[in-house]
Amino acid sequence: MKKIFPILPALSAILLIYASYQALKVAPTDALQGDVYRIIYYHVPSAWTAFLLFLINFVASITYLVWRNDKSDVLALVSAEVGVVFCTIVLVTGPIWARPVWGIWWAPGDIRLTSTLVLWLIYVSYLVLRKFSTSAQTQVMAAALAVFGALDVPLVYFSIWFFRTQHPQPVIGGGGSMDPRMLHTLLVSWLAFLLFAFLVCWSRYRLELLKRGVERAEAMESLVGAGAAATTSLPLGRSPR
Amino acid sequence: MNSLWAVTWATLVKDVRLEWRSKDALNSMLFFSLLVVVIFVFSFDPLAEESRHIVGGLVWIAFLFAAVVALNQTWARELRNQVLDAYRVSPAPATGLFIAKAVGNFIFVCVLEALMTPLFVIFYNLHVLGPAWQLVPIALLGTWALVVNGTFFAAMSLRTRNREIMLPLLLFPVSIPAVIGMVAGTTAILTGEDSAHFYLVLLLTYDVVFTTACLALFRTILHAE
Amino acid sequence: MNAFKFLVAAYVATWLIHGVYIGTLVARFRRLRARMRELGKGQ
Repeated sequence: MKKIFPILPALSAILLIYASYQALKVAPTDALQGDVYRIIYYHVPSAWTAFLLFLINFVASITYLVWRNDKSDVLALVSAEVGVVFCTIVLVTGPIWARPVWGIWWAPGDIRLTSTLVLWLIYVSYLVLRKFSTSAQTQVMAAALAVFGALDVPLVYFSIWFFRTQHPQPVIGGGGSMDPRMLHTLLVSWLAFLLFAFLVCWSRYRLELLKRGVERAEAMESLVGAGAAATTSLPLGRSPR
Repeated sequence: MNSLWAVTWATLVKDVRLEWRSKDALNSMLFFSLLVVVIFVFSFDPLAEESRHIVGGLVWIAFLFAAVVALNQTWARELRNQVLDAYRVSPAPATGLFIAKAVGNFIFVCVLEALMTPLFVIFYNLHVLGPAWQLVPIALLGTWALVVNGTFFAAMSLRTRNREIMLPLLLFPVSIPAVIGMVAGTTAILTGEDSAHFYLVLLLTYDVVFTTACLALFRTILHAE
Repeated sequence: MNAFKFLVAAYVATWLIHGVYIGTLVARFRRLRARMRELGKGQ
């Protein structure tokens, strides 16, 4: 991993540029919406990536509750945080697309927008809990909250789905068959964003390990500073990997 | 099983008696939701026809915020004199404690709702067009949905900085499907435009799922220290 | 042509959000590395 690490950002950058080129130049213009529809090449891959990251967060949280290993806790934190970033992008680009196409920024009855917003709220509250919790058992609380959030997702979808059918709204016609070139561009774009998300997650993962290392070192130093122990050969000076 | 029942009953009776003597939670909840009602009356001043469409939302906003007041006090009481630590080291089943607390809060919020509903009817000139009896199961299921998760998250936010703010931040996002069920169900009954059956099923599903999750995870949360 | 503005806005917004997030990551990395060196010296 460490050896191939310098290659990955370059590869990711090339892929992203290629995907953006495909999205802006190669993919055909939509007959109904014109060029604005090209927003979906950023919007939809971001959404898929966010959902994948939230799924990872759920699995990692369950793993943590069962085995209590630090690694899955860090994984849960990282995937939730990066997932929220991608989810924010979905929520920002969604209305930007909706304004010229539907004529409104936000359709309260639209199931996908609204359930994505609720999902975003749930995972932001997860991150807030992690930030404000003072006890040493933050991880357990956070994992429990993640399980609650994941249980909530089908209910959110279900409730809004019914709510919408009760209150018809101008909703996109997502249906119909897609031009194969469009689908190809969409998948290339997703691949590029997945690789990018993986890199961001990896950096965030290392950041979290570094942070925990610093916390441990600080605790050690305060112990040593208290004069409890004499010179030790603690690996404090070692630079983090 | 026997000890579970004994712990539940003892804790519930203790909480209800404490509340009966002090009326701390109930008074603050009542005054709080009264304020909400009055402020909404001043800011909207609706006709009877319009009010049917908005009261479902107003009622549940008032009850939601009032419930948070009660929920915040649930565990704070047990922190004094290290009662919660005593619970933790005792062999008493944790689920019993949780059920007692949740049922206690459920009773308080239900009393609040029973007292506040006439006020809403008076202030908004309500006249129910749908089957009015269905409001009762909606209220009971909806209240349980709020209270069961609220009790759980209150226990969770005990060990956070500024815990009083933490509880709504954790509770409201997860409660959104239940709130949709309560508000839309109430509106459906008040206006009599469509059936509330779906919302009852939704609330029931929500209650079953989250009661199970709370009971399964409460032990972990209580012993996390 | 008006719609084109929205397209540009969406793409710019996406990279702005990613940029800000990565910026915070870099800042936190820098702060923690400095703190780690400090602790290493204290030892």
